[in-house]
Amino acid sequence: MTATTGTSKIHPALDTKLLLHMYHQMASIRAFEEQVNELYTHALMPGLAHSYAGQEAVAVGICAALTRDDYITSTHRGHGHCLAKGASLDRMFAELLGKEAGYCKGKGGSMHIADPDTGNLGANAIVGGSLGIATGAAFSSKYLDLGRVAVCFFGDGALAQGLLYEELNLAELWKLPVLYICENNLYTEYTHYSETTAGDILHRATAFGVHAESVNGQNVREVYAVASRLVERARKGGGPAFLLCETYRYGGHHVGDINRTYYRSKQEEHLWLTERDPILNFAGQLIAEQVTDAAGLQEIESSVKAEMAKAVEFALNAPYPSPEKAEEDVYAAN
Amino acid sequence: MPPTEVRELTFAQAVKEAIAEEMRRDATVCIFGEDVAEAGTPFKVLSGLVEEFGTKRVIDTPISEAGFTGLAVGAAMTGLRPIVDIMFGDFITLTMDQMVNQAAKVHYMSGGKWNVPMVMRTTLGATRRSGAQHSQSLHAWFSHVPGLKVVLPSTPYDAKGLLKSAIRDRNPVVFFEDKMMYKLRGPVPEEEYLIPLGVADVKRVGSDISLVATSSMVQVALAAADLLQEIGISAEVIDPRTTWPLDEKTLIESAKKTSRAIVIDEGYGRYGVTAELASVISEGAFYSLDGPVIRMGAMHVPIPFSPPLEDATVPTDKTVFEVARKLCGRS
Repeated sequence: MTATTGTSKIHPALDTKLLLHMYHQMASIRAFEEQVNELYTHALMPGLAHSYAGQEAVAVGICAALTRDDYITSTHRGHGHCLAKGASLDRMFAELLGKEAGYCKGKGGSMHIADPDTGNLGANAIVGGSLGIATGAAFSSKYLDLGRVAVCFFGDGALAQGLLYEELNLAELWKLPVLYICENNLYTEYTHYSETTAGDILHRATAFGVHAESVNGQNVREVYAVASRLVERARKGGGPAFLLCETYRYGGHHVGDINRTYYRSKQEEHLWLTERDPILNFAGQLIAEQVTDAAGLQEIESSVKAEMAKAVEFALNAPYPSPEKAEEDVYAAN
Repeated sequence: MPPTEVRELTFAQAVKEAIAEEMRRDATVCIFGEDVAEAGTPFKVLSGLVEEFGTKRVIDTPISEAGFTGLAVGAAMTGLRPIVDIMFGDFITLTMDQMVNQAAKVHYMSGGKWNVPMVMRTTLGATRRSGAQHSQSLHAWFSHVPGLKVVLPSTPYDAKGLLKSAIRDRNPVVFFEDKMMYKLRGPVPEEEYLIPLGVADVKRVGSDISLVATSSMVQVALAAADLLQEIGISAEVIDPRTTWPLDEKTLIESAKKTSRAIVIDEGYGRYGVTAELASVISEGAFYSLDGPVIRMGAMHVPIPFSPPLEDATVPTDKTVFEVARKLCGRS
């Protein structure tokens, strides 16, 4: 299989609106992660967080091809997926700060954002841990004839988990409407994926008869185009698909992973940041194609900045849950 | 206690009837597992189910316990009430991440927004000559985890009523069936009934000693109570029926009444279910007790194959009788 090239076949009128929406979302995710880093370095955020900066085109391109009712599962590096699926900034920040107003009442934290209203089945801090959940959501969709598609985001690290191969087998056997989105950001924590991954990645899916493709994960239009095609295919009963998105994690494994030269070079980071940045390159295309101009993009950036400031302020001022809430929500009431 | 003058079913028939009734009542109930459809499981517990409900709802899976358990978690979150069949309790090791890190925590981690209404049915119990990897009683592991409920039926009547409640529960419930008990017969009324989770049952009323027993050990305790009766000791047999939620009150009240207690469970004694139940009784009935609460469980060894070796690893009516007699100060 080769990487899909070419752009979407969207109606031009829709195209402009969608393109600017995607730009807004990518800029928003980048700004969100920058803000998370600020909160961490100023000791305003408990614990750690895993930045999605650099990978924005994947979450945004995939989620733009989904409806609100479609399901996603996310990962420890999941802020981008949740935001792209429609999560609001203020409740995201509130959850990261452990506040009652957060998506999970402060009980989940950065790695466990979940939101039924946007079809988000939850971010998962076990690598590959949500492969079954996403496959099960697709099973329900088919069983109940809901017409929904489930998308499972995971990183290259999850390629090493046996559960992936059990789920690929089940999904293909039962022709389930599920997409397995593998984001290869090149590093499984602090180790280059080539040291942990034998053979051809796509062959791991095609061995089960699962349709597999790869795409440039730094190009949101390419991601959107292939995702739209695979979502449509799944919705029509065509079964699961595996999409390998080639991308790059700008930061460390988490916000505290500052000195990274022992596992990757500064030149490598510089190359991706300057030549392959999904937002910068997309901005250039939008201007070159006269979808908008520099002022138009500046307007989006300004509105993102204002939204971010407002959301952070909300979260910082929001109250913590009272300690007796620790015992609530262990069991659902019957 | 079940009403008298009712029909009898085997434990296996009671389990199947509970599932069939719930499947008729609720179209979202489905069952996954290895050889659950045409084969009806190796124990033939589910024979006939696929004929009534079809392969859309009674689903044979590959031998991928983690895979189909994880799939059931997602299906439960999104509108179904799946039952997963894990053929031998020893195989729950393969499902641990899906049960402990996923099913048990989804509701809590989401701030109470997602639910996981699923049931895992599996087995426990030794003495089937099946060796160390098909004989363990590992229900303590799931009992340890917040977010899960654990059911240990000991009669056909309890199996049916508890399983129907488990299927209707909005939480993940693990249902352990003693594989040696499938042919045990007992009264099961034709009319519908449910047994709530978290309510212990007094299987036999007595006044001198409390035998708190679970699952396979309830029959052992009842037989021991018969032997004790012969020497004039009146034993009360209490079956908690669920390790979580746990009916602490009934256990404590029985021990307060009799002033002596033995806890019997087929899991390993060390750090096991018996330790927890004994601790609950000790803390709750301390000033009424005439002696320490005694624990009896599986010998702390991998279950051996050879019959005389295997039989030595689990409590029997005679070993329970001996321990009870000593605790009552009789020689």
